[in-house]
Amino acid sequence: MRMVVKGNGAVAHAVRLSRAQVVSAYPITPQTSIIEEIATMVAKGQLDARFIKVESEHSALAGCISASSAGARAFTATSAQGLALMHELIHWAAGARLPIVLANVNRAMAPGWSIWTDQNDSLSQRDTGWMQIYCESSQEVVDSVIQAFKVSERVLLPTMVVLDAFFLSHTFEDVEMPEQEVVDSFLPPLELPHKMDLAHPAALGNLVFPDRYMEFRRKMDLAHDLALGVWDEVGREWGQLTGRTYRIVEEYRMDGAELVLVTAATAGSTARPVVDQLREAGVPVGLVRLRVFRPFPASILRSLLGGRAKVLVLDRNCSFGHHGIFHQEVKSALYDLPQAEQPRVCGVIAGLGGRDITPDDLEEMLTGVWKDRITDPVTWWDVLSAQDPAKAALAMS
Amino acid sequence: MSAPEVTYKPGDFKTDLKPVWCPGCGDFGVLNALYRAMASLSLEPWNTVILSGIGCSSRLPGYVATYGFNSVHGRALALATGVKVARPDLTVIAVGGDGDGMAIGGNHLMHSCRRNLDVTYILMDNEIYGLTKGQTAPTTPTGDKTKSSYWGNPEPAVDPVELAISTGATFVARGFSGDLKNLTAMIQRGIEHRGFSFINVMSPCVTWRGDSQYQLLKAKLQELPEDYDPTNRASAVKYTRETDVLTTGVLYEAGGPTIGDRVEHIRMMAQEGGKVPTTREILERFMPSM
Ligand SMILES: Cc1ncc(C[n+]2csc(CCOP(=O)(O)OP(=O)(O)O)c2C)c(N)n1
Ligand code: SF4
Ligand SMILES: [Mg+2]
Repeated sequence: MRMVVKGNGAVAHAVRLSRAQVVSAYPITPQTSIIEEIATMVAKGQLDARFIKVESEHSALAGCISASSAGARAFTATSAQGLALMHELIHWAAGARLPIVLANVNRAMAPGWSIWTDQNDSLSQRDTGWMQIYCESSQEVVDSVIQAFKVSERVLLPTMVVLDAFFLSHTFEDVEMPEQEVVDSFLPPLELPHKMDLAHPAALGNLVFPDRYMEFRRKMDLAHDLALGVWDEVGREWGQLTGRTYRIVEEYRMDGAELVLVTAATAGSTARPVVDQLREAGVPVGLVRLRVFRPFPASILRSLLGGRAKVLVLDRNCSFGHHGIFHQEVKSALYDLPQAEQPRVCGVIAGLGGRDITPDDLEEMLTGVWKDRITDPVTWWDVLSAQDPAKAALAMS
Repeated sequence: MSAPEVTYKPGDFKTDLKPVWCPGCGDFGVLNALYRAMASLSLEPWNTVILSGIGCSSRLPGYVATYGFNSVHGRALALATGVKVARPDLTVIAVGGDGDGMAIGGNHLMHSCRRNLDVTYILMDNEIYGLTKGQTAPTTPTGDKTKSSYWGNPEPAVDPVELAISTGATFVARGFSGDLKNLTAMIQRGIEHRGFSFINVMSPCVTWRGDSQYQLLKAKLQELPEDYDPTNRASAVKYTRETDVLTTGVLYEAGGPTIGDRVEHIRMMAQEGGKVPTTREILERFMPSM
């Protein structure tokens, strides 16, 4: 069925179609309409679930953790400060190997209060053991939430489905909403192998001594290795059912590309027409959009980027003191290539706190890198500082 | 502190920020009462700090010409504790909403009360999450429809006043934002009080609770009896969990040491020596073989 929904509405419908059984959440801009829609769906009997509006995000994830341990399909959603407040339990959900799905609407962290988008909230949860997937459109949000439940339940790791504040969460788009039967055939009811079971009583949350702890962590890491293949398989299976196949990373005009823009989320939509335009002008540029970020698709990126001349990684985030986060990761993946095949990698940090990344910006960045006007490892884009060396260099050229 | 040389008018505490509250929001009344109370106490702006969490109500510090700290959701009292410990000489006021203070930050009230932290806490209770556009709060009456409870709120509400009394606050009052005169006097008394002062102000949200909230609250208003004795905790409790009436006034006021006093006492003991055993003496007592 075709529907016009916001990114947030897309999340709510996907949760309904996935037949989540427990939804536990606390409101925060710009996530709020996700949980309001779900609360209404539950109240109207459109979703047979228990909806708990708890007193904080910490409790929201706690509710999901215990519901999931009891064998229920559990979902929550949050943003920025809320995700940060969940942090203790973010580790717990992954460590306890619970297939919870969480939608995080990317919002910049305080102070400097901001309700607008950037990726530092979700990327600060990078090392918790969660899988992370970054979406570009409402359609991708619907499809990714449903896929996330499937992958999570296969590999027993939670997934964070990430969408940009406002650019995606509050923008209406035309979406093909899958039929319930299709989703049911794709996503069977959850059978959690280690769920609470009266026949096999067990105590959860025990002390693990040094002779065992590492083995648990090794298993989590192995599950991530396994998950990469599962995301690929599940993306193809979804394609067979709906005609919309999803890849771990999306490539665009990569044939003969000598300069590749690597980015994630809605910046991908902004980039495609810019790539077309530059191609027409004779610049051999291509685009790689990271979709699944954890597990990290290092070998895929090596095969896509190896042998190209230049790579520009656009980050809407920063690991202060060491580059944009996607930039770091792409660079480290490429280090394993033979030296002759290693492209030169430049990073641009742009769009923090919801600042627009316009097609003009992207064109300027890409031509800057192509014409060697931008050669610094990292450039902070469009910052209001005359002292910014990269900006000064640009102004002089 | 020497007697203030300057006198203030309520308007002196205004900043050049214009409140972004909706026209008719109850929080305007709280702000005006606070301006007046501060003026009549001649509070020096540079010796006063107002801290808040996040919410419509938590924007208040920006509108008062003192030091202000619009902190994170729910943590006004946790931050107020830090300021008071670092600078006991400052007048510290914490403000915020019912979501901020009763939901996400609910635990901090209990600990501030039992410690008798010398801070004044003004809770602007509109029985809803205003800023996030109208979801059920812990103070929303059972059965009320909100954006997060389509068929009505299934949960019993908390009475913040009852909570404060039961966990050891030494000054507890209930006010109404539409009653400027009494609210001003109440806030003034609260700031003057030595110890933890809790003032729950019913402050309507015209946008998410409708105009009727103001009318409903107003119709229920009732003042304490003339001969009311606020030092009696048991009689204060009688005015909590009210449904048909809304009693305003100072319900409870008691003396007692603040956490600052207690810590100071320990410090004195430690400095005098002898009274506090040394580590060796403790070890010898518990492990004589050592
Ligand atoms: C950790 C965190 N979770 C959620 C939010 C979103 N949020 C902001 S204000 C608010 C509730 C506001 O309600 P209340 O404290 O009653 O203040 P009011 O707006 O009603 O004055 C919420 C949930 C946030 N800022 N931080
Ligand atoms: S939404 Fe409600 S609480 Fe917030 S400013 Fe408007 S009236 Fe006041
Ligand atoms: Mg409120």
